[in-house]
Amino acid sequence: MTTASVVAENPRRLVDLVFRVRTFGIVAVLALLVIVASSVQPRFLSTQELTFVLQDTMVFALLAIGETMVVLTRNVDLSVGAVLGLSAFISADMFGKHPGTSIPVVFLVGLGIGLACGIANGLLTTIGRVPSLVVTLATLYIIRGIDILIVGGGQVVASSLPNSFLNIPQATIVGIPYLALVIAAVVALVAYYLRSFRSGRDLYAIGSNPDAARLAGIPIATRVFTAFAISGMLAGVAGVLWAARYGTIDSTAGTGYELQVVAAVVVGGVAIFGGSGSVVGAALGALLLNAINDALYVLGISAFWDQAIAGLLLISAIALDRGITLQLTAALRRRSRLGA
Amino acid sequence: MASESIGGDGAATTLSGPTSQIPVLSLQHVTKTFGAIHALEDVSIDLYPGEAHGLVGENGAGKSTLVKIFAGVHTSDAGRLLINGVEVALSGPGDARDAGIAVIYQEPTLFPDLTVVENIFIGRQPLRAGRRIDGRAMHAQAESIFERLGVRLDPDRIARGLSIAEQQLVEIAKALSLEARVIVMDEPTAALSAVEVERLFRVATTLRESGVAVLFISHRLEEVFVLCQRVTVLRDGRLVLTRELAGLQADDLVRAMVGRDLVERETAVQTMGDTVLAVERLSREGVFLDITFDVRAGEIVALAGLVGAGRSETARAIFGVDSYDAGSVTVHGRRLRRATPAAAMAAGIGFVPEDRRLQGLVMSSSIMRNVALASLRRLSRFGFIRNSTERTFAADWAARLQIKYGRLSNPVSSLSGGNQQKVVLAKWLGRRPSLLIVDEPTRGIDVGTKAEVHRLLDELAGEGVAILMISSELPEVLRVADRILVMREGRLVAEFKHRGASEEAIVAAATGQVEVVTA
Repeated sequence: MTTASVVAENPRRLVDLVFRVRTFGIVAVLALLVIVASSVQPRFLSTQELTFVLQDTMVFALLAIGETMVVLTRNVDLSVGAVLGLSAFISADMFGKHPGTSIPVVFLVGLGIGLACGIANGLLTTIGRVPSLVVTLATLYIIRGIDILIVGGGQVVASSLPNSFLNIPQATIVGIPYLALVIAAVVALVAYYLRSFRSGRDLYAIGSNPDAARLAGIPIATRVFTAFAISGMLAGVAGVLWAARYGTIDSTAGTGYELQVVAAVVVGGVAIFGGSGSVVGAALGALLLNAINDALYVLGISAFWDQAIAGLLLISAIALDRGITLQLTAALRRRSRLGA
Repeated sequence: MASESIGGDGAATTLSGPTSQIPVLSLQHVTKTFGAIHALEDVSIDLYPGEAHGLVGENGAGKSTLVKIFAGVHTSDAGRLLINGVEVALSGPGDARDAGIAVIYQEPTLFPDLTVVENIFIGRQPLRAGRRIDGRAMHAQAESIFERLGVRLDPDRIARGLSIAEQQLVEIAKALSLEARVIVMDEPTAALSAVEVERLFRVATTLRESGVAVLFISHRLEEVFVLCQRVTVLRDGRLVLTRELAGLQADDLVRAMVGRDLVERETAVQTMGDTVLAVERLSREGVFLDITFDVRAGEIVALAGLVGAGRSETARAIFGVDSYDAGSVTVHGRRLRRATPAAAMAAGIGFVPEDRRLQGLVMSSSIMRNVALASLRRLSRFGFIRNSTERTFAADWAARLQIKYGRLSNPVSSLSGGNQQKVVLAKWLGRRPSLLIVDEPTRGIDVGTKAEVHRLLDELAGEGVAILMISSELPEVLRVADRILVMREGRLVAEFKHRGASEEAIVAAATGQVEVVTA
């Protein structure tokens, strides 16, 4: 009843409210986690732990940005984990194969590998008209296969990497990894792009109603292709960061990341069937999942719980979204009747 | 102006139109074929600024194809399209938009997650420095359009939950923001209440007076007479008539559309059998209250009322799709214990839902599969369904209902709306139900098929089937039903015997001007 009257006055306020509640929900869970974990084990709030969480989140946040853009268009990119693995190995391997390679070049190589994979995904999805779930599942295996072929049984070890490279994720400004700031800036930038540019709004439109998008003359193929290319590119960059973060890279790097990223995106409030959500939410989702992971570690709880809790969060997020959508639809419909 | 008309069966063919003006849109000798089917053959239409032009024809006459050519979805095989006398080629929806043609579909396709404003301007939002979207300008433009249309609609709400009428208004606003010179309305009134139709007509008239050409497609001929100045009739892909409406009667149009006279239903009094359905004090909080009535074998009972009066909801509760809080449903003297569709079907109830595309059919599946869908148990031996049995069964029913199809294995989506509806009917008739519930059985169906559906319902009643029909079209209710129940705001407010009912009396009861409760 109260929601209905709020809506009757100003539906925009309600819609805004819902989004705020959605983001607020993640922040609240995060706050709860910090309070509980730190009260049990104060070490959780130590600078070192916080840095760990942020460092882990950086890689996921990058992946989540690209995944969000893809998911908004009612597609999904399952190949990001494999792309990350391939890029991590090849880029890090360059230091061994071509000693003296400069770090920006390595980043460019990683970016290029990711972009190439993203372009392949995009082309197969748009021109091949194959559902992206199938396409990226296939490329997930293909890229991982290529990765195994290249790596063989070998691995890159931290000792073969220059310190300046390994220090990238470590460098901090007032205790915060400066890379985290860079990525936060990227999140903000992409969020602004999605909100304030035509091509950004198109992504929402495509996911919200593909048929209508076609009738509205939106270049669907171009937009979806671009989303995949960006997702691949960011996964490539994330691969380089992953290499710098962990130092030891074999052919299993990034295995299973794709599902964790999709989980982070959905927990972050991006609708799995597209049309609504934000990169800020997705990045917060990534932060939340990593914070849980770290909290469990600090508290000495079995890693099994990590996945179980991630699953639980996922279901709560979906149930919450479903509930909100139903409530919202009902409320807006009531308002429609009043207005008619 | 070359307003070509092809005479057929002595239909009136008059050349007319304000010859002083250049038509804003002129379609000349357009032909479109799909495989062996001639969807359009040598059709020409001129639309002049400031006119509302009616386009009528039976389902399958080629109206939808014509609309899709205007929308740039289809390209014609032969013929020309002129905008203000200049030939244009429409190779996509974007081209049509740029040419100033806007199409309002019966069920608009909005973006449910975007706001009304965004829906209007998507893809061409006003920009400010740096190619960023200028939200304020966009907002102001939307407001001024709504003001011009004289409608109140919150521009900042998301489109999810808008009624169909409001969605159409958003589409019209979009058309205006594009400064469309031609607005094609494809059966916009099919799903609207009387009040909403009135508002739509006000808007359409405003548009017309501002110099826009409106092409109005409707199955309700009386609406064409109210709104339009000229009319074009299509039959089997050919143009049979284009002329001014003044001086025409609805019967003339019907004759031109079907090429023959329609036989009115014989209103012979049927002999009623035993009570098949007894509904007692059925209630669902906030939806319907205390509904009690019965339907006897061989009887057609209509539920009349305004949209939103709770008629469909009551029917859905009887069939067990929705639950109810109190009351009972009894079929053949046995009370349905569980409110589930399976229980209702086992008791012999068939249900033809309101929205055939969403609820009645599996659109991507074949005609055959759809017809057989509800009778699979009867068609199977030891749990296996034999293709040949299924095919014979489907062919049999398709022939009985005179469904027009290419092959039984074609997807049901390839059929016209009227034929789709017949497939839904066939699906349920195949189960030989003792009670058939039909919700808006002829919505969006042309006059010819409509008459066939009416005849079919009649035949079924003659065979002893009890029929509960929901319809928003009063002429249909009066023509078909033996008994008419009127609902208002979730309650049963009046009951009429066929003989004693008039349109005025039903409307009065449905809108609450008079309350007539008969025991």
